[in-house]
Amino acid sequence: MTSSYFLSQLMNGLKIGSVYAIVAIGYSMVYGILRLINFAHGDILTVGVYSILTLMAFGGLPLWLIIIISICISIGVGVMVERFAYRPLRSSGEETTLISSLAVSSILQNVIMMIFSPQKKAFHLPEYLTALHKVGSVTLSTMNIITFIAVFVILVILSIVIKRTSMGMAMRACSDNLTASRLMGIDVNKIIVMAFVIGCGLACVAGLMLAGEYKTIEPMMGFVPGLKAFCAAVLGGIGSLSGAVAGGFILGIAEMLFAGLMPTSITPYREAFVFVLLIIVLLFKPNGIFGGKEANKS
Amino acid sequence: MLKIDDIVVKYDTIPVVKGVSMEVEEGELVALIGANGAGKSTILKTISGLMRPAQGKIMFNDMELSKMGANDIVKAGVVQVPEGRQIFSKMTVYENLRLGAFLRKDRAEFQKNIDYVFEMFPILKERLKQQAGTLSGGEQQMLAMGRALMSCPKFLLLDEPSMGLSPIMTEQVFSVIKTLKSHGITMLLVEQNAFEALEVADRAYILETGNITLSGNAQDLIKNPAVKEAYLGG
Repeated sequence: MTSSYFLSQLMNGLKIGSVYAIVAIGYSMVYGILRLINFAHGDILTVGVYSILTLMAFGGLPLWLIIIISICISIGVGVMVERFAYRPLRSSGEETTLISSLAVSSILQNVIMMIFSPQKKAFHLPEYLTALHKVGSVTLSTMNIITFIAVFVILVILSIVIKRTSMGMAMRACSDNLTASRLMGIDVNKIIVMAFVIGCGLACVAGLMLAGEYKTIEPMMGFVPGLKAFCAAVLGGIGSLSGAVAGGFILGIAEMLFAGLMPTSITPYREAFVFVLLIIVLLFKPNGIFGGKEANKS
Repeated sequence: MLKIDDIVVKYDTIPVVKGVSMEVEEGELVALIGANGAGKSTILKTISGLMRPAQGKIMFNDMELSKMGANDIVKAGVVQVPEGRQIFSKMTVYENLRLGAFLRKDRAEFQKNIDYVFEMFPILKERLKQQAGTLSGGEQQMLAMGRALMSCPKFLLLDEPSMGLSPIMTEQVFSVIKTLKSHGITMLLVEQNAFEALEVADRAYILETGNITLSGNAQDLIKNPAVKEAYLGG
């Protein structure tokens, strides 16, 4: 193995890791407040990608506008899912909403299949985004560079919002103690919707990155990255945004190094490897790598 | 000020509160006493809008609390110090106090309120930057009470403020309740510690398995043989 091969696998890990990281932020926010493993979160990513593809097919619209419209569509779908599939079930326990989220995931996948066919479709970004640049021994597209910057900017902005604004403080309060938050006069439903808005908007952005990288899309494309993003959020420590991002990158890099360095006979198991990694980490650090100790509640 | 009119509250289909009516006048301290599982906390949760009555209504002045959301009830000035404190354990003491004033946007008022809270609970000032989960049980109770005071409550609901506290801490909590009363805050106090509660209260209601079985002047209830037998250890 040459060092440039190692480096390019590392770069691939960073690329896929940034997708996991962005999806993981949304996962972490929703899980932090509702303790809901939202299996449909990855499928919102798919909704976003298909929306981008459809709008691009119309032609004429500038890409930035397409992205903004698609973010809004993803948010719209996500907020409706929260309103009609999760909120009515919230009082009946976490398992019920968990099952509901599996159902939503399956519904979203099937609706997309019905509208767009189950076949893979080609997804091409404009040339100015796919143009390649050589940085030392690795090659990056303009899109990759934008992606890395975007992850960083999103993390910084969200951290400021969460730490400094009154909305952010309410979000932290809700993830700390939902009942007490209601007793403080916080409109908990509004905060939950806000978590879905941020999460689904980010999922759409992640979908664009994923589709831009693999250049094909299909109706199931969001599900497994969604699961891995959840692993990333758990790995980093649920509730911590920087933990989710770090978890996403660690998972992406580990996956690509595994795929690149192991004998080809076992590389098809790279998906399994990701989940095994999660189990091993949780055995030693049950609150995730960056998760603090659960504060004593008595 | 607060008027509870024949409420029935159920968990799923099982009624826990079975037709309770109570009243609290402005400036009064009323105690609600009863054994574990009598339905005391359920009544407070229903007043705060965390649960809905299946029947009956709750009026606060001319507002019907039983139709309002929890956040609007806080906005109306009815604030609860919940059972088991329910502080934000991963956040700092200061952030907990800020959340208490979540609906209050006036900075000058915030400063006035936090000074008031520090005066009542000097220990909180020392612990301001500490993570709330690391406080002792007594300090957490004080934080929970201080946090509620940050919202300028017109009506304070206290759910078992002495639960799990040492006798010294219990003493301190009741002395704070007395001070709040002298400052004119109307309170409804739920307690298992019946003797202490009756001592500070003006009036009291006794709740047994979802029904009010006795009510009246607190001083009279202390002397009542049936109350003595059941709640004051004979």
